[in-house]
Amino acid sequence: MTEVSIQPEFFLLDAGDGRPALVGTYCRSCARRSFPPSSTCSWCGNEQTDTVHLSRTGTLWGWTAVTAAPPGYRGPVPFGFGVVELPADGIRVVTRVAVADPDQLHHGQPVELVVDVVHTDEESGARVVSWAFAPAGHQEAR
Amino acid sequence: MGEPVVEIAGVGLHPFGRFPDRSVTELGIHAVRAALNDAGITARPAFQAAFCGTAYAGVAAGHKVLAALALTGCPIVDVEAGCASGAAALMLADGAIRAGQYETVLVFGIEKMPKGIIRSTFFEPWREEVGLAATPAYFALRAQRLMRESALTKEDLAAVVVKNRANGAANPDAMFRTPVTAREVLGSRVVCEPLHLWMLCSPNEGAAAVVLRRAEGVSAHRSRVVVRAATLRSHLPGNVLGEATPLAGLIDDRDIPSPTTLAADAAHEESGVGPDEIDVVECQDTDAARELLAYEELRLCAPGEAGSLLASGEVHLGGRRPVNPSGGLLSKGEPLGASALGQVVELTLQLRGRAANQVDGARVALAHTVGRGANASVVILSR
Repeated sequence: MTEVSIQPEFFLLDAGDGRPALVGTYCRSCARRSFPPSSTCSWCGNEQTDTVHLSRTGTLWGWTAVTAAPPGYRGPVPFGFGVVELPADGIRVVTRVAVADPDQLHHGQPVELVVDVVHTDEESGARVVSWAFAPAGHQEAR
Repeated sequence: MGEPVVEIAGVGLHPFGRFPDRSVTELGIHAVRAALNDAGITARPAFQAAFCGTAYAGVAAGHKVLAALALTGCPIVDVEAGCASGAAALMLADGAIRAGQYETVLVFGIEKMPKGIIRSTFFEPWREEVGLAATPAYFALRAQRLMRESALTKEDLAAVVVKNRANGAANPDAMFRTPVTAREVLGSRVVCEPLHLWMLCSPNEGAAAVVLRRAEGVSAHRSRVVVRAATLRSHLPGNVLGEATPLAGLIDDRDIPSPTTLAADAAHEESGVGPDEIDVVECQDTDAARELLAYEELRLCAPGEAGSLLASGEVHLGGRRPVNPSGGLLSKGEPLGASALGQVVELTLQLRGRAANQVDGARVALAHTVGRGANASVVILSR
């Protein structure tokens, strides 16, 4: 079945090595990274930026489960939601979390990037997929 | 001639709640008329400028209210700063009067919020589609971090709700007027762990209005309420989760001051009034943890001490410095554009000695909101 990235510009289903990746911004002026990518650096406003692939592993910083569909969302509930720290990139990203039971998660838990199905598009039949982070070694969300 | 003083000449409120038969314009008319009556203003023009806080009322919403009252002709500017919209309007009016631009300015806030989780153009369509436009989830992450770093429990969160709902029971303008027990709060359904339904405020409808007037020097009029500071601050790069909504990719460190702390420090400096001199506080309790975070950010207690402050009873009615004697947003509900001015109305009544839950001898009051963006406002009033 066809899979479509929720944001093909910065969530790559195949980063060239057959694995997914998030794309961020690297600032040539302040050397900080940010996500999602932007034409300007969110730290210093500089326009000399490059796109970079962010690391696929991090640690869980915050997590919860969303129990009622938020505005514009057509996928199932509950779903995991959180913030993951990417130490290699020096940033945190807001993300879906592949585990929707908060009791199974803990602060600082190692997590890795996975592909997560959000919903199936009724017209095309394509599966719309997002990034998510899952506990390391956890079965892929899809 | 002393420094120009900005006094609150009149206040008016439309109760906060759900009013399916009334338009947002009608809510505004009610509040503005009440404020002008309170100020004793009958002559025209009634004011030289008007600022209207609103996030959802649409194009020229403030104009529609004043057109219905035949009070147009002056500059009318709608102001949007998320939940801090009303305070942003107040800041602009206060500054304009201090600068000598106007003598009398009307400030009002109006809102009719849709039911359920607030939909906001702040979130891009992809963020909505992926489920990341879940405002209560961001609140939950903020609550979780505060619990982790300040050693708070769900029982502490429930205690905030119990306090505020008990206060709200006496407020005729609140949406929820029944007290609740901690057991009931913890028994309500989990919206986003650790937040239960009753720990979250309800978006709703309402309006509030304030007439500001320039007065020279110090008056002997003891009941006069003056604006000592009206500050608004946005987040610094790298600090967002401390406030309404985080943007991905930004580090959220405690050594970067939050918008609330920035606004509070600026307000204390501007007014010359320190945190210890505040007698009564209305703060943003969009969720129960948000109030506890405000204790720390507003410097009502040291970092990590919010739970102790709550347990001490100091912030309860009858305590040294009650917080949210109106019942807070947990009792009143939150009409975004009106909520900050609703706090100013409550605190003006407190300083006049005429509030429903009167804080004995209140002389100095502080109002605080945090809005999407992130924006934070702090208003200091005194008599």
